[in-house]
This record gives sequence, C-alpha cells and structure tokens, in this order.
Amino acid sequence: MIEVSNIEKSFDGTPVLKGISCVFETGKCNLLLGGSGTGKSVLLQCIVGLMKPDIGSITFDGTVYTNSKIDIRQEIRRKIGMLFQGSALFDSMTVAKNVEFPLQMLTPEMTPEERRDRVEFCLKRVGLENAGNKMPAEISGGMKKRVGIARAIAPQCTYLFCDEPNSGLDPATSIKIDNLIKEITHEYDITTVIVTHDMNSVIEIGEHIIFLHQGKKLWDGTKDEILNATVPELRDFIFSSSLVRAAKRIDDETEGGISAFAEESEAGGGI
Amino acid sequence: MLKTLGSFVLFMRGMVTRTERFSVLWTRTIDEAMLIGVDSVVIVSIVSAFIGAVTCVQIAYNLTNPLIPQSTIGYMVREMTILELAPTITSIVLAGKVGSSIAGGLGTMRITEQVSALEVMGINSTSYLVLPRILAALLMFPLLVILAMLLSILGGYLAGTLTGVMTAQDYIEGIRTDFIPYNIVFALIKAVVFAFLVSGISSFKGYYTTGGALEVGAASTGAVTNSIIAILLADFALAALLL
Repeated sequence: MIEVSNIEKSFDGTPVLKGISCVFETGKCNLLLGGSGTGKSVLLQCIVGLMKPDIGSITFDGTVYTNSKIDIRQEIRRKIGMLFQGSALFDSMTVAKNVEFPLQMLTPEMTPEERRDRVEFCLKRVGLENAGNKMPAEISGGMKKRVGIARAIAPQCTYLFCDEPNSGLDPATSIKIDNLIKEITHEYDITTVIVTHDMNSVIEIGEHIIFLHQGKKLWDGTKDEILNATVPELRDFIFSSSLVRAAKRIDDETEGGISAFAEESEAGGGI
Repeated sequence: MLKTLGSFVLFMRGMVTRTERFSVLWTRTIDEAMLIGVDSVVIVSIVSAFIGAVTCVQIAYNLTNPLIPQSTIGYMVREMTILELAPTITSIVLAGKVGSSIAGGLGTMRITEQVSALEVMGINSTSYLVLPRILAALLMFPLLVILAMLLSILGGYLAGTLTGVMTAQDYIEGIRTDFIPYNIVFALIKAVVFAFLVSGISSFKGYYTTGGALEVGAASTGAVTNSIIAILLADFALAALLL
C-alpha cells in the first residue's frame, strides 16, 4: 500500500500539485484519472522519486520514502517497476536483454541460467516468447508496452507504475494491455498505479479511481461509483465521452453499474 | 556561468558517490572504449598523417636559407606534432566525433525516458552512463594521441621524401635531434586533460537535455563547441604551467 500525504509541487512559482492526499491499495488497479495538465504524471513522478515534492510525504508499506536516507530510497526503488508512456526500452539492447537488464543490475546473485529462465517466463507471461531476439525498433507500439511490462515485473516488483499505458495504441490493443496489467496486479498481489485519461481503462480496470483536477484531488471511488459522482468537474470529464454516456444509460436501465456495461460490451452487446 | 560550473561539479560528484558494481563498470567502460577509441582510429589516422605531411611540406617551403640544415625540417615536424598538433588537433577531432556522439546518445536517452527508467530501477544513471564514458575517454585519448604522433611523423617522412624536398636521411636525423622525453609526457598530460573535458562536457550537455529532437541536436552542437573552447583554453593553461 502506498500512502500519499499532502503533496505539493510547484514549477517556477506555478503550483501543479496542491495538497494531494490519497492511498493506493494493494492488489488493485489504482487509476489516477484527469485531463491533460492536471498533474497526474507529476504526482506519479513524485511517488516514484523522479521528482521531489515541495511539501508532503509518501509512504510505501509503512516506510517513509520522501526525505529518507539514500539506502532506504534505493531499497524501495528496487521494488518498483514502471511502464513509461513511450515504453523507454533501451534502444541498443534486444527485447530479451531489456527484460534481463534489471535482473543483471539488481540481483547479481542470480546465475545466468536463472536469469534466462526468468526472462523467458516474463516474456511468455506477456505473450512475447518469440520476440526475445528482436530489437525495440523492430516491434510495434503494443509489443513495446508489453516488453515494458515484462521488464517491470522481471525483478518481482511490489509496486507497478504505468504512465498512460494506452497512449498511441488502437482500442483492441489498449484493452489487451489493460487486461494484462489487471491480471498481473491480481496474480502477484502488487500495488499498481496507472496514470490515464482514457475512459476505456476506467471501465476495464478502474478498481480504485482518484480524480485530479487542476492539481487537486476532487474525488476517489470505484468504477461503479463514478457514474453517479456529483463532482461537477468529474461529471464534465467523464460525460464528454459518448462511451460513458452509453454506459450511464445502461447503468440507469440495469442499475448494474459500469461493470454491467463492461460485461455487456464484452458479450457483444455494444453501445 | 558560475551556476553552470556548480551544476557540472555536482554532476561529477553524483557520478562517483554511488557507483555500480566493479564488474558492471568494467564491462561498460570496455564497451565505451571500443566506441570512443577503436571506432575513431581511422579518422585520427587520416587527420594526423596529413597534418604531418602538410607540416613537413610547409616548413620546407619556408626554410629556404642554405645555412639552415635540411634536418631542421624533421626536427620541427617532430616538435610541432608531439607538443601541439597531435594532442590538440586529435582532441578537437574527437570532440567533434566522440563529443557529439556522447551528447546525442545521452540526450536521446533522456528525452525517451531511458534515463528515468534507470533511475526508477534504483540505478545511479550518471554512474552507469557517464562514468564509463569518461573512464573510456581517459584511457583511449592518450592511446589515440600516441598513434597520431607516430602517424604525423610518418606522414611528414613520406611527404618530405616523396615530394623530394628532403632526403630520408635528413628527416630521420632531424627527428632524432635534441629529443626531450618530457615532451611526450606533456603531450599525454594534455591528452588526459582534453579527454576529461570532452567527455565530461559532452556528457553534461547530453544528460541535461530537455525537450525533443531539436534539443538533442542543440545539445550535440553545444557539446562540440564548448569542448573545443575548453580544449583551447586548457591548451594555453597547460603550456603556461608545464613548459
């Protein structure tokens, strides 16, 4: 579990995060939802330690991360896996080498055979068992995301962070990536934080959603509660999507919540 | 200016405070040495051979006094190449080739979030990415400068004898006259200092690239320009201090 307490961050005097407090629960897909420029990615970078918040604290399973000693920060960082928006694969390495890289660096006690087995397992887990020898430039955007996920889970991370995992992907691939993240979260009981503004992701995997608007947390809840949220900014955001308007219609008819809509869509009911 | 200098010092300190395991550092340094050193052999060889050749022909053109022995040409080629041309021109060539490569490579890694990926994994990105490049440059620049010295003197020999401006005997006599071993030491000191400046400045410019492809290009250009200026300033300072 990750606890964020009263985080504030400014750039050149312009506040970007204004006292955000929230909890990211273990074994769930926690979504940081909001429009462009609301501070989602900045909050994510503060949590993983790529940026230092001006005020506030971040706690990983009871261990304070912000302003702690470098050894403690390193220890926590080694439990973090992250999928970047652009995948951030190392251009000069093959897919298999990319997945093996964190194992080589973080677990020197592993033998080369153990590392190879782990790489094979992770690539198979994301459905890329035959792509190990390819270079990142030779694979599609969706495959890059899956390699990014494989690299993130290779050292058996406890916390998984995904920065807009669906950006630049077609809807079908997006759903596959979302479901993969969800399956991995449940399978390994890890704390997953996903930055998104994609309502499809909310419908698919929004087990715990935190809505940010202009640097403030305005709402948090589940995907089944989001349609009935009363926060005007959230309603403006979610109902700008015709998909969600359709979900709302089904919700009103069936009272089954957004989950019913997702199930109906999967069953072929459509919008 | 002072702020940049301070940032550079902090950048260098960050590189050596939390270094990676020795085996990782060694492997990375050897990889970078291949890129910096071995891949630069051809360009350094061509440039240094022609510099030696041109120096020989131009000195011969200017030395028309019959009272000055022809062997003086060989002597002057040796002194000029060892003291100045081999270390300085080689380093300037490497600033263009290696400096732009380092800045462009690190800049691209920065804007594609590969540096952030390393940091998130708990890896000290400056130690992993920059330290091996600097160590490789410190190792390879002196070797390339030694190669440049030899090829410049050989280039002078070939140019002098093939164009008929002097005999092989005069040239060899000239390059053996009044040899001062300290000059070699001085040239190697210069090579090490220039290696640090080129690799350090280029890494600094590349590592702190922000923005997109345009900024990566600007970082590469800035790395080369600043490295060359630093080389020339250091060249003067070292000559004033050590000669």
